[in-house]
Amino acid sequence: MILFLRTVLGRAYPRLIGIQREKSWLIFGVFLPLLGVSAYVFIYKALKSPPEFVGFVILGGAMTAYWLNVLWSMATQFYWEKETGNLQLYLMAPTSRMAILMGMAFGGLVSTSIRAAAILIVGSLIFSVHFTVVSWWQLILVFLFTMVALYGLGMLFSSLFLLFGREAWHLSSLLQEPIYFLSGFYFPIKSLGYWVSIGASIVPITLGLDAMRQLVMPSAKWGFLSVDEELGILLVMSIVFVFVAHRALLYMENLARREGRLTIRGQ
Amino acid sequence: MHESARSLKVAAWLGWQIESNWTEPFLFLTYSILKPVASALILVFMYLVISQGNFNNPLFAYIYVGNAFFIYVGAVLLGVSNTIVDDREHYGMLKYIYVSPIQVYFYLLGRGMAKTMTATIAVVITLAFGAIALGVRPDFFTIDWPLLIITLTVGLAGLGFMGILLAGILLITARHNDIVGEAVAGALYLLCGAVFPISVMPDWLQWAGRAIPITYWLEGLRRALLGTELVQKLHTGLEDFSTPTILLILLGSTLLAILLSIGFYRWCERRAKEKGLIDMQTMY
Repeated sequence: MILFLRTVLGRAYPRLIGIQREKSWLIFGVFLPLLGVSAYVFIYKALKSPPEFVGFVILGGAMTAYWLNVLWSMATQFYWEKETGNLQLYLMAPTSRMAILMGMAFGGLVSTSIRAAAILIVGSLIFSVHFTVVSWWQLILVFLFTMVALYGLGMLFSSLFLLFGREAWHLSSLLQEPIYFLSGFYFPIKSLGYWVSIGASIVPITLGLDAMRQLVMPSAKWGFLSVDEELGILLVMSIVFVFVAHRALLYMENLARREGRLTIRGQ
Repeated sequence: MHESARSLKVAAWLGWQIESNWTEPFLFLTYSILKPVASALILVFMYLVISQGNFNNPLFAYIYVGNAFFIYVGAVLLGVSNTIVDDREHYGMLKYIYVSPIQVYFYLLGRGMAKTMTATIAVVITLAFGAIALGVRPDFFTIDWPLLIITLTVGLAGLGFMGILLAGILLITARHNDIVGEAVAGALYLLCGAVFPISVMPDWLQWAGRAIPITYWLEGLRRALLGTELVQKLHTGLEDFSTPTILLILLGSTLLAILLSIGFYRWCERRAKEKGLIDMQTMY
């Protein structure tokens, strides 16, 4: 157990300390999404939309930081490690692979939260958006469950991507815009219709974002399901994704060993 | 001249292989369709929730066409410049390219051509989707074909040469190589009014937008496809510019980009050789 926790902290450490060592990442991490967010805000302004839609975009824009982190720093992480020759060192280390993934998730979550908070604050200030929180405890629970489920999904992807070569990069890239669309990062998910929204809810951020929007912009009336229902589903997803990630990691690691894909570089 | 053409051709072939041979043709096709269509659908649904399903507003076509053609900006600009990062950091091949009988300037343009090909697939798919599913259907007989062809060609050439400028910067920088390209593309997406008329931005941002040639490129393409009168009626912030003026700005800026890119890339190249940066691997 102690070794497990030490591994989690050890793997999280470079991600946490990275914020200190390379502050420019933080600037880019906030500045880049803000460009996209601003463009989407100006679309709503051009369409003369109600002001809450600007809030939708800013909250969605902040949440993109988590999705990008899951894709590029969780899902594809073992691919990068393979490319740089570190993966075999991870696998030789006398510790749990799950602890390594959890460390990656924890470190990524903390560093991304700083970026997301900065996007939210700067975006709200620039575009004069006011959020009114209906229930703080519900908001905190929604955020926590969303993050556990989301990073659980990231851990699952990470093990699936273990087999991939160059296609890992392309598949992560493919999971950007389609998920931005299906999860309603920039518009209310309800507008996609009931069944599409239900399907899109497999990505935890879909329901998490919808619930958060209901909790911080109660006047918008664009909620898909009730906050309590979304909380319940997110809780189930959190447990399921972490469990499945654990099983998948064991299976994929064995498969990759058998097929000799763990040390292939420049593929 | 022969060597330049050969460099261009070989690089375009190599670029196409890198872009397309990572998977089966079916998956590549799916990838090529899903990404641009999903990007377009985000805008479509943003528009839908506000307009309650009314696609007849010309502003929708204006947004949609701009978004479709902006695919070229990311692809060509970054396709040329990111070749430096890919070949140097990822594949470790840049030093071999420099010692081979090839002209690197044209090699970079060739790699950009491959990206232009994949981007063209995405643009055509996006426009076709708009025409079939959303009614963004410019009348074939009223499209200003000469304007469309000239604007598209000159603009794409301009993007390629701007990509060389960016490639020069990446050649002599060690850090943030991936992010620099994204930052430039992101800033252009906002400032050029790719998905909204620049008139909705604050004045100082509008002026920044007017200083970028890509703004005029997108405006020219929209006028060619949707009709000059219709686009000017939307008060996009560029309605005072006549179409010949827009073409002139585009031509002038492309010529300037050619001259600057030649001089600047040579300078960057010399500096990279002096500092030993051609085979630098930072693992950053």
